[in-house]
Amino acid sequence: MTLLTVLLGCATVGAVAGSLGCFAVLRRQSLLGDALAHAALPGVCLAFLAGAALGLDPRGPLLLLSGALLTAWLGTLLVIAITATTRLKQDAAIGIVLSVFFGTGIVLLTYVQKHAADARQAGLDRFLFGQAASLLARDVWTMAALGGAVLLTVTLLFRPFQIVAFDGEHAASLGYPVRAIEVLLVSLIALAVVVGLQAVGVVLMAALVVTPAAAARQWTDRLGRMVLLAGGIGGAAGAMGAWASSLRSHLPTGPIIVLFATGLLGVSLLLAPRRGIVWGAVRRARNRRRVRVENLLKDLWRLGEQDGRFAGPRAISDLLAVRGAPRSVVEEARTDGYAAVAGAAVELTPTGLDRASRIVRNHRIWELYLSRRLEIADDHLHRDAEEMEHALEDDVIEQIDRALGRPAKDPHGRPIPRGAPAA
Amino acid sequence: MSRDLTILAVGAAAAVACALPGTFLLLRGMSLLGDAISHAVLPGIVIAFLLSGTVSALPVVLGAGAVGLFTVFLIETLRRTRRVKEDASIAVVFPALFALGVLLVVQFAGQKDLDQECVLYGEIAYAHFDTMTLFGVVTLSRPLVVLAVVALLNLAFVVGFWKELKLSTFDGTLAAALGLSPALVHYLLMGAVSATTVASFESIGAILVVAFLIVPPATAYLLTDRLSVMLALACGIGVGAVAIGYEFARRTDTSIAGSMAVAMGLLFALAWLFAPSEGVLGRLYRRRLAADRFAKALVLERLAREPASYKALGRDLAWDSERLSHVLASLRAQGHVSGDDARMEPTPGGLAFARDVMQ
Repeated sequence: MTLLTVLLGCATVGAVAGSLGCFAVLRRQSLLGDALAHAALPGVCLAFLAGAALGLDPRGPLLLLSGALLTAWLGTLLVIAITATTRLKQDAAIGIVLSVFFGTGIVLLTYVQKHAADARQAGLDRFLFGQAASLLARDVWTMAALGGAVLLTVTLLFRPFQIVAFDGEHAASLGYPVRAIEVLLVSLIALAVVVGLQAVGVVLMAALVVTPAAAARQWTDRLGRMVLLAGGIGGAAGAMGAWASSLRSHLPTGPIIVLFATGLLGVSLLLAPRRGIVWGAVRRARNRRRVRVENLLKDLWRLGEQDGRFAGPRAISDLLAVRGAPRSVVEEARTDGYAAVAGAAVELTPTGLDRASRIVRNHRIWELYLSRRLEIADDHLHRDAEEMEHALEDDVIEQIDRALGRPAKDPHGRPIPRGAPAA
Repeated sequence: MSRDLTILAVGAAAAVACALPGTFLLLRGMSLLGDAISHAVLPGIVIAFLLSGTVSALPVVLGAGAVGLFTVFLIETLRRTRRVKEDASIAVVFPALFALGVLLVVQFAGQKDLDQECVLYGEIAYAHFDTMTLFGVVTLSRPLVVLAVVALLNLAFVVGFWKELKLSTFDGTLAAALGLSPALVHYLLMGAVSATTVASFESIGAILVVAFLIVPPATAYLLTDRLSVMLALACGIGVGAVAIGYEFARRTDTSIAGSMAVAMGLLFALAWLFAPSEGVLGRLYRRRLAADRFAKALVLERLAREPASYKALGRDLAWDSERLSHVLASLRAQGHVSGDDARMEPTPGGLAFARDVMQ
């Protein structure tokens, strides 16, 4: 068994589970995967015992996977039945099925280890934490065939799956057989989980369903891309995990794959464009800086209004009297090209003057709009305008300006500037 | 203590210790947070084990238990970024921590007696050999002492915070309005769950403890509406399952803790089927009973308008004769209908019965 084949096997597992996981995550059924995986354990053991009793090869991958699928299915049915017929909630039902089925699996596993003819070679414990190194060529072929069938089904039925995942009632109104589609979807997730058991193990398989999907969600808002991305992320985690676990003997593959997937989720949460936490922080910092600088420009403009001298140098200490803006903000305005600094004096550049006039114009037109059109009391205008002056776009302000009849003064009688004053 | 008795006592202590906080987890809809904590404490346990050489010591239980609280905090933080939904954040956080723990176990396996099997289903049989001497006189199993102490602490928590727990479980808003700080109760409960799973780890493993936490309270929940009764029942059911499970494991020579979890599942299945008010059979029976009463009332109403023959009745109601005969036989037996098949009319008792049903 070459390393390449093992890598391919684990990548398949990750890709299939990751793609299908998107539907579980979107339908808020993340923990159903956990129940499915745990519930598969007794099926594996029963299939082994049945195979041995019937004279079949008890380690045949198809046999073991069929058993796993059977009890995983039974577990899901029980979760649904418990939720439907008792006052227990779904989370409790999942917890009950997961732990009792797992306990049953452990009982059967210890039974197999003590009583089966070729006890030690049974190697069923690889289903607990996964052991990629124990994968045989026929295992990988079985996994690839089943995984391929799952992915093909998802591709062919993508549209109905998408509608059901987002809005079941809408799907029903369009005439889709919602119940059947839901059952098919859960079955495919169960199949994806079962296919991955040998490589990842029952205990951690759930993570491979949820984590790549949660990571992919950060990069896109479109389901199609999310499914492809989650498949890619899962596949990458699978291949990397298999590779890393091959570096040392007897290293279980499941935990390593899960840690790689979690790492990829961490990177996605921090760095994905638009949704990434880092970019969010950068955006907020940039925004705060823009508001700071614009407020400084506005203060300089107001000082200009007091003595009629808009351009020309002005002592920074005069500015401090207005808002207490620190020297660093003056520096930021200089970097942005809005101000020139010479020693203790600051001067608005032509672009700075233009920008300042726009901010003051925004502020005063907005105040007038609030006062005239929305009839808001004069003493409530300023605070709102302080925020809106930084947010209003030029074309919006132009429309409001026109609607107000291009007024000359704001509600407090101050002039509304239109463009920078002549020097 | 004999080996059998030690195992039973350890199992019973674990069952009681788990059932107390487990009941509140269940009622608060947080069963899966218990699942998450029990998995996620593993790295804490392994590190504590490597540092101290044993898991069954109270400081280690509290220390590793802090990892459980950290897990709850981590899940909450991830959810608050609003980039991952709550169910997904649970499903993402605990496998990662558990995977880390498993790798630590494998890394140091062989050096100390901690292995993957132990992580999964514990070794309750070893409890008999790991002893400690109390007050220089009594020699007892160390896991038993630790679990008994944790069970008592949990009992003290439940009794001491009875009002707070009850109110914040059933009406969080009212609890907050009364100044009872639901957040504090929440984290205390999570702390109790963490400490309990750590204390149970050596004997029943990180996964089967979920069965001990959730299944007996869920079973009790199907049997009663009273919180105090539910707590007592959950403890009793847990202890009963421990005894049944041990007997089964002894006879089949299989995992003891696994068998105990299976026994809990069986008791749950029994309650699910046979519970008086919540059980499936009880519900079916009551539905059947209601349908029966309604059918009788229909017949009586028809006869109250005008006495009728068997034939006319069958035509008017459009029932098959088997059903009609069955209902009439039962009505006659109760004395609600008088007369023969040619002309039947309702008795005063029958009219009263019909009025009662139709209201």
